[in-house]
Amino acid sequence: MLNKNVYLILIISLVFAISFWIGFNVNLLPAEASINAPIYDELFKILFIIGLIIFIGMTIAVIYSLFKYRKRNDQIGDGIALEGNLSLEIVWTIIPSIIVLLIGLYSYNIYDRMGGMKELNHNHEMMSSNTEKIWAGISQTSDNEIAINNLSIEVSAMQFAFLFNYPKGNFISGELHVPVDQKVSMKMESKDVIHAFWVPEFRIKQDIIPGQPTILNFTPTKVGKYPIICAELCGPYHGGMRASIIVEEESDYNEWFNKNKKPEVNL
Amino acid sequence: MTISIDSQKTNNESLQPKGWLRYFSFSLDHKVIGIQYLVCGFLFYLIGGTLASAIRIELASPMSDFMPRDVYNQVLTLHGTIMIFLWIVPVVNGAFGNYLIPFYVGARDMAFPRLNAVAFWLIPPSGLMLVASYFVDGAAQAGWTAYPPLSITTPQSGQIIWILSVLLLGGSSIFGGINFIATIIKLRRPGLKLMQLPMYCWAMLGTSILVVLSTPVLAGTLILLSFDIIANTGFFNPVLGGNVVVYQHLFWFYSHPAVYIMVLPAFGLVSEILPIHARKPLFGYTTMVFSIMGIVVLGLVVWAHHMFTSGTPPWMRLFFTIATAFIAVPTGIKFFNWVATLWGGKISINSAMLFSCGFIINFVFGGITGVALAQVPFDIHVHDTYFVVAHFHYIVYGGTVFIIFSSIYHWFPKVTGKMLNEKLGILHFIITFIGFNLCFAPQHWLGLNGMPRRVAEYDPQFQFVNQISSLGALLMALSTIPFLINVFLSVRNGKDAGDNPWNALTPEWLTSSPPPVENWEGEAPLVEEPYGYGKEISKQK
Repeated sequence: MLNKNVYLILIISLVFAISFWIGFNVNLLPAEASINAPIYDELFKILFIIGLIIFIGMTIAVIYSLFKYRKRNDQIGDGIALEGNLSLEIVWTIIPSIIVLLIGLYSYNIYDRMGGMKELNHNHEMMSSNTEKIWAGISQTSDNEIAINNLSIEVSAMQFAFLFNYPKGNFISGELHVPVDQKVSMKMESKDVIHAFWVPEFRIKQDIIPGQPTILNFTPTKVGKYPIICAELCGPYHGGMRASIIVEEESDYNEWFNKNKKPEVNL
Repeated sequence: MTISIDSQKTNNESLQPKGWLRYFSFSLDHKVIGIQYLVCGFLFYLIGGTLASAIRIELASPMSDFMPRDVYNQVLTLHGTIMIFLWIVPVVNGAFGNYLIPFYVGARDMAFPRLNAVAFWLIPPSGLMLVASYFVDGAAQAGWTAYPPLSITTPQSGQIIWILSVLLLGGSSIFGGINFIATIIKLRRPGLKLMQLPMYCWAMLGTSILVVLSTPVLAGTLILLSFDIIANTGFFNPVLGGNVVVYQHLFWFYSHPAVYIMVLPAFGLVSEILPIHARKPLFGYTTMVFSIMGIVVLGLVVWAHHMFTSGTPPWMRLFFTIATAFIAVPTGIKFFNWVATLWGGKISINSAMLFSCGFIINFVFGGITGVALAQVPFDIHVHDTYFVVAHFHYIVYGGTVFIIFSSIYHWFPKVTGKMLNEKLGILHFIITFIGFNLCFAPQHWLGLNGMPRRVAEYDPQFQFVNQISSLGALLMALSTIPFLINVFLSVRNGKDAGDNPWNALTPEWLTSSPPPVENWEGEAPLVEEPYGYGKEISKQK
């Protein structure tokens, strides 16, 4: 009996060790290029490790029982007439409940750190009329951060392109340029069908909905060029609906901004 | 009750064709209808599988080069619709439900045999109509979700035929659901208590409750959508002041429970198969019943997790995260109980057992990614990507379709009186299991790294992994060959099975194989312990 328990503990620790090793050493995610990304990857790592432990454990249990309890040629008759075990049932109800609850609370914490639970429309209060409904996206602002040089951009999506309007510079661009390490706030609206704004390196996605503007805030942390991908089926050329986001140093960004800037037209 | 069915039957019987021709007739026999569901479903599975192969051929190269882009969207729409509404739902509910439920409750037929036949005969015309819409003006191309405004702006005829077809299939499903509830509750043999029923009855009771509660919502939604398309109303059309997010709420109010309509019957079937081949009682009967009902209740209040990136306020996101993640608890109980059923048994390693164990492994994997997807911050990155595609194929293919094959290997001797060839069956399992995992496991990585779903073209950096996936799809397609050969050979020349080749205790095995028209020559047996393996009642056999 003692021997059996020793083996069990050994196998369980081995499953844990393998899961942790894989969780910490196998990276399945693209580069991290926004404040959101490292927070997301932390959640991913935890879920990945828990998932591996359960999956490897269950797979071993199934394969082991198939092997250990397989019917040998000379055997006849049935297995043991075991119809259940109340304490086992309680154990495997309560432990998963606790795990699920902890994961839920932890992901709430992650979501809060991403800014998902905050009010969104600080920057756009001026633009949006009172009757307009603004729907939630990731927010990522701390209140003292709402500074003057907050970058506001209006995104319009249509079959099959994104257009980025810079109201302060009075121009429209097909590429999204943003300075690194500054909060960007986007108000997005679709001209025709539902689209979605997705930057995998930023770990953010928000649908762009006709008739209902959505807000998406993010802070890029790494200079580079990343794809903007439409993630909602929007028609035949959905797969080709791409744009680029170019994260650059502030001086480069200002140069680009001033080059494109147009004077205000007063009519 | 049996008397009225008897008289209904005798009127009809003289007119009924005999032999294999009866499968092409408007038969009222629940066994014939069950097989009609199964064969019809399998033919549509072959069509849906051909469409899936076309998708994987297109995705073997990064460019959109195999078919025109709008045809690609039609193909993926038809693939999803056919696989869900014409293969999985009719087969796990209609086929096995019709064949098994009357046996399990000790009845001679379903409660409403005519309604039953109508429910089946709605399926072939609506399925053919759906496929034929391709030749009218192109099939629907807005995905099986048919989100407006896309579904309003794409060519109308295809979309309208799609709506009509899904409405008919939904109607068929509701008829079936009502019939199952009535049969399980009202047609039980005297003396048979609810808590003595085989687990598949409980699964079908739960499933039918979901069908009856949620399918009418889909029907209403699609009728409103069709008004928007043909009558220029503005329920969901933003140009006319409609709200597109409302459609998503209504659609997923059905379509999330639809996932349980597809997997709960599979949970029931595997609960029948494992005890017989492991020679052990089903572990934890009572908790299995409660976990089914728990899944039914929770399954109705989780739909908005499909909409975390649409317009949903934060509190709603949180509620649906917690509710969704908690489904893992009753589901987990079932999986622990199945493994405990295997533990200490005398397990026959045969095709039915292997497919069932493949189901456990695949579904655990899909369930784990499901709990991850329930978490809002996690979902926001991977929503609408290949990660989601991989996840739900692990649930509906790795889960339900594996159980459909397991069930075919298990009940084939009952239906035909012949055994299937085990060598071909195990070959079928091995190719399917490897092909399936090769096809869908790499797609998790694709989604995490930036490949959205429903695209005909993608970044060249994803080509290698997509080709692995396509290779897996090729294996899955090839795996049907040994299966079909096996079925055709065994129907003609298979080894005689006898009445009860597995020495099973559930009621369908206590009659001849194939069973007589009204299931039993004499009185239906009273089976109080359908899982009494290892006990006296099993030793008497």
